[in-house]
Amino acid sequence: MPEEKKTPEAGANSCAECNRRKFARLGLGSIAIAGAGSAVFGYEFLSPNVLYEPSPIVDAGKPDRFPQGSVTPDPQNGIYIVHGPQGIYTLQAICTHLGCLTAWKPDLGIIACPCHGSKFHIDGERFDGPAPRPLPWLKTWVDDEGNLLVDRSEPLPRREFVRI
Amino acid sequence: MPGLIDDIAGLRNSRVWRSVFRSGSGESNLHRSLAVQQNVFLHLASVKVRRRVLKFSATWYLGTLSLGCFLILITTGILLMLYYHPSVPQAYADMKDLQFVVSAGVFLRNLHRWSAHAMVLLVFAHLFKVFYRGAYRPPREFNWVIGVVLLMLTLFLSYTGYLLPWDQLAFWAITVGSNILAAVPVLGAKIRFLILGGHTVNANALLRFYVLHCVILPLVTVLFVAIHFWRIRKDGGLYVKEKTDDRN
Repeated sequence: MPEEKKTPEAGANSCAECNRRKFARLGLGSIAIAGAGSAVFGYEFLSPNVLYEPSPIVDAGKPDRFPQGSVTPDPQNGIYIVHGPQGIYTLQAICTHLGCLTAWKPDLGIIACPCHGSKFHIDGERFDGPAPRPLPWLKTWVDDEGNLLVDRSEPLPRREFVRI
Repeated sequence: MPGLIDDIAGLRNSRVWRSVFRSGSGESNLHRSLAVQQNVFLHLASVKVRRRVLKFSATWYLGTLSLGCFLILITTGILLMLYYHPSVPQAYADMKDLQFVVSAGVFLRNLHRWSAHAMVLLVFAHLFKVFYRGAYRPPREFNWVIGVVLLMLTLFLSYTGYLLPWDQLAFWAITVGSNILAAVPVLGAKIRFLILGGHTVNANALLRFYVLHCVILPLVTVLFVAIHFWRIRKDGGLYVKEKTDDRN
């Protein structure tokens, strides 16, 4: 008789245990799903969908503003427009080290970064300082109205010149 | 005078007082302990400390001085917020107004700035002092970890505050700093984008840094400071060297 009495008790206990476990599992599962959802939502929320940043395309005006042999810094837009022997090209003025604005030194004929001392030749090649890469070349072209345009969004894979 | 003391004693045994401070008055150790234990702010601290712990030579008071700087920074920071707009056209002008137009503005701004520098210095000094005394050893090793988190929070607070004057120094420091962040493998560029809220240090970056500096980081820091102090009590009080002579 005592054994018979024990059995339903143990059954009730294990059932209570299993209910508790089920409840905990359900609760933890819900929290995990809610957490993952919040992470996705939070990431989406923190990434702006519309940026009110200046357009990457710069209108530099008529190409004859840039005579042969000239280097024209445009610090507002962070570019140099260079008219070399092979034609016009554009260099990004943002240092490839940590993003400072470089400066054209006309007396030395070089581009130098004020932050950490990187130095570049006028074709963008680095010759001194910590910059890991040369200054990128940017896509430059003349539109239908004869204005020189520069696209700052992507570096050019290889060198291109605008001849006029 | 005895009348006044009796009045105070009567006040401390009044129903209103006892409803707030339940321990009541009394000079016994129990009363004194209860007064600390039953106060939400004081209960972070130990009921008793060794006299040697309170000596200047034991800690150079570096932790307490860091807390002092933090409290000054909260007070002056809240006051500065009343004149500062975190927007591109206004931020720099507001900073200049605080310096030249607002009454006591230059005092509050300088107090905020100097306390910030002092806090970074003191937190580092605190870390070194704890390290060289060996006070990080068990059972205090977890409080060392919390201390490192607090060091990081101090540096993040300092860094986010650096952008807010919106001058050349601020702009280029954050440009360089966020590009250092972009060097994190794989996720670097994404983290930079999320922190700045764009590709360049701009209006979104200013606002995000403002919210981090004025709301999120201070709240997290207060939380960790509370844990840090509570852990001191739980780990058996501040570390002191074993006694080498009979003097206290």
